[in-house]
Amino acid sequence: MAAKKGLETWQEITLGNMVFRPGSAAEYKTGSWRAKKPIFTKTKCIKCGVCFIYCPEGCIIQDEQGCFEADLDYCKGCGICSAECWPGAIDMVEEG
Amino acid sequence: MAKRVGMEIALAAAEAVALCKPDVVAAYPITPNTHIPEHLSDLVAEGKLDAEFICVESEHSALSACIGASAAGARAFTATSSQGLLYMGEVMPVVSGMRLPVVMAIGNRALSAPINIWNDHSDIMSQRDMGWISIFASNGQEVVDMMIQAFKIAEDREVMLPINVNLDGFQLTHVVEAMLFPSQKEVEKFLPDYKPFAQVHPDSVVSMGTLGLPEYYAESLKARDEAMKGSKKVIVRTWKEWEKIFGRLYEPVMKYRTEGAEALLVTMGSMGETAEAAIDEMRSKGMPVGLVKLVLWRPFPFEEIRAAVKGCRSLVVMDRAVSFGACGPVAAEVRSALYDQPDAPAIVSEIIGLGGRDVLVQDFVALAEKGLKAKKGKQTEEYEIYGVRGS
Repeated sequence: MAAKKGLETWQEITLGNMVFRPGSAAEYKTGSWRAKKPIFTKTKCIKCGVCFIYCPEGCIIQDEQGCFEADLDYCKGCGICSAECWPGAIDMVEEG
Repeated sequence: MAKRVGMEIALAAAEAVALCKPDVVAAYPITPNTHIPEHLSDLVAEGKLDAEFICVESEHSALSACIGASAAGARAFTATSSQGLLYMGEVMPVVSGMRLPVVMAIGNRALSAPINIWNDHSDIMSQRDMGWISIFASNGQEVVDMMIQAFKIAEDREVMLPINVNLDGFQLTHVVEAMLFPSQKEVEKFLPDYKPFAQVHPDSVVSMGTLGLPEYYAESLKARDEAMKGSKKVIVRTWKEWEKIFGRLYEPVMKYRTEGAEALLVTMGSMGETAEAAIDEMRSKGMPVGLVKLVLWRPFPFEEIRAAVKGCRSLVVMDRAVSFGACGPVAAEVRSALYDQPDAPAIVSEIIGLGGRDVLVQDFVALAEKGLKAKKGKQTEEYEIYGVRGS
């Protein structure tokens, strides 16, 4: 559903809300839902990838050094990565 | 020339559906609609109908299978009754929201508890607001005609909504009547092949049944509501076309001897047939009464109701369902249609014929007499459940 041009009217939306552009869901940024954001401390990270596996949004990315961080455009701040990170490398911090 | 054939109406409904060549029929048996899918299953097994008959494990699955089939571009049909329709309930608004033109026959039956297999309209009334077009038949011929019309209406690009055709359980489903069947050729001419708006197919890129965020949900419902309201035009057009070809006219509201009537009965479904006999009897005695039959339930024909009752002093609206503690559903709609009218008649709301209790000519006479005595502004009851022992 297009966001840039503004939201469609009821006459403009497709029949039955069908979507004909693959991947268009990515245009909807869920990051604004977040109350807390994950802060990754690279010195504590052991590169196990547990956060990557558990993230229900699939928005955790591995960087060149093998550490992880969240794509804040999509991270909803659920805190699962922080809860699962057993070395304690991910802190949930209130959004400012 | 069409042939008149004597047949059980449920079987006739199946024959009519078969003439429309559905690609998929998915159904689960429940009294009293069972003979409809049973007969379709026979036709498929005998090689007379080239369709996929899916023996599902529940009504929920039956309607879900219809969604999948319709989304893949198939013409899909199902049928049910009573608790079966309620079990479809979760899926009902999905069909209309996805704008899939599924056609369903409902052999109307009362709801449990107490368990009761006989006829009233409680089942469909519980699914009233699911975004389906609802049409009521009053005899076998109407069932045959409406089943065929239903596919054409639902699949019209301006409509693209599911339809349920309501036929009263037993009173219609199990009654043998002589009916005219159009030929296969005539149906093919009247009903073009289904051309889906989009198809779920490996070669096509489409997502159906998407998420509707708060920014879009209201617009989506508005679009569905406008399609529903706009469908009346297509329904009327389709019925006029039908009349031209087959000579039988359908209208959202059918009038019977309303000229000069002071009191009018309002019925929906098979009651209308007995009511006609009652009106004839009363007219022969000089009673100024007439009958209005509601054929189209959703979208509700507000203008047509207003036009049909113009000039009468009182209306007796007969419902076959109770909205507990509130109203008879049809009477509530009729009241709402007339509230703003300066010359609105007095409205008597009677709930009758529940769980298969017979409604006889003498009942219509008693209610018409009550209607003739009714005075606007002097009504003491919102509604009454007619003929209940102890009241």
